[in-house]
Amino acid sequence: MKRRDFLKGTAIAVAGASVPLAALDWIDAREAFAARDDLRWIFLVDTHKCVGCGFCVKACKYENNIPQETNATRTWVERYVMTRDGQVHADSPRGANEGFISRAIDRGTAGPLEIADEDITQAFFVPKLCNQCDLPSCVQVCPVGATYKTPDGVVLVDRTWCIGCGYCVMGCPYGVRFFHPIEHVAEKCNFCYHRIHRGESTACATACPFGARKIGNLRDPDDPVTKVVMTQRVGVLKDAFGTKPQVYYLGLNMEVR
Amino acid sequence: MNNHIWRPLYVVLALVAVILLVRAVYVPKDFGVHGGEGYMYGWYREGNVQEWKEWPSNYRTQSYCAECHFDQTEALVAAGHAAIQCENCHGPALDHPNEPAVLTIDRGRDQCLRCHARLPYPGSDRKHLPGIEPDQHNPGMACVDCHNPHNPSLEDM
Repeated sequence: MKRRDFLKGTAIAVAGASVPLAALDWIDAREAFAARDDLRWIFLVDTHKCVGCGFCVKACKYENNIPQETNATRTWVERYVMTRDGQVHADSPRGANEGFISRAIDRGTAGPLEIADEDITQAFFVPKLCNQCDLPSCVQVCPVGATYKTPDGVVLVDRTWCIGCGYCVMGCPYGVRFFHPIEHVAEKCNFCYHRIHRGESTACATACPFGARKIGNLRDPDDPVTKVVMTQRVGVLKDAFGTKPQVYYLGLNMEVR
Repeated sequence: MNNHIWRPLYVVLALVAVILLVRAVYVPKDFGVHGGEGYMYGWYREGNVQEWKEWPSNYRTQSYCAECHFDQTEALVAAGHAAIQCENCHGPALDHPNEPAVLTIDRGRDQCLRCHARLPYPGSDRKHLPGIEPDQHNPGMACVDCHNPHNPSLEDM
């Protein structure tokens, strides 16, 4: 081996080994960019912009005829508060249907937890909704074909076909499925499928005064949401489950589950 | 062969025929495997996609309200609450104005505290919003007693 080749090879090996593992951990949206259709609905959530007002939850319930007073909700907002002692406190009182109007953390029967402002190192709000996975486990486990994925990537529930077995509720790793309190069939967020096909935005994104929620088309390179997903550090929830969720988050923390 | 062998077989065949007949009548024609993803993700009743597309939109957005209430929406857009949809407080506009009673205006204190209860959270834009301490700033009173929700700044009123 020539000394020149040895030095070249060494330089390449050192450069390769010095790439931090974190750099390889980024979500590559291009993977999801299969060249088959011209429409694939995706969602972008900006956790910095969300202020926890809960107007999205209220609007979603109105739009999809889910009673405001029930805990059942297609979308909700979680609050994460990290304190100096390294603890993570998370809550979502009634799905944040009335927003976050108090500093106290809701712990259910354990009572509210007051945290002094100076003890907080980081705190933010994370809206959650159905991830409309590319490989949806809820669809996989449905025994009757009542829940399915449309060609444009949205997972829907056929209300006349659902037998209410609840497999999809158990099969979803994100816990976004529940039973409709009136219809008594499996229920979930469907990106307001009816609205987006008329050129409207989803009810939650419409109601959000801060632009924390946006719907987009992954197959359109000029779509502002797609541009963000393709060029910025976006994350998805529970990537390790392999369901390939299509709700992308800006400013996502490891503490968020 | 003997009758006692054929008879149960006829019963079974009749049963199978009945099941197939019921299936042919009961299962819609468009139920089956659709799309390129096969049985696992593409097994459904195709007509349901269209049924979901025809669902009505309850939320009609500010531009719909502006068609009649342009004086209100103009005032709103000029003031600090331009980003708030009318329907966040007034309820979904579907069937309005045909059924005027359907709009329920939320004038509650908690409605304002959704954004204006002070939460100085590092990492969230909430800390930039003008906020009050709910138990110190006129507790028990409705915000709308002093503030006009369409133009909430007291100086501008």
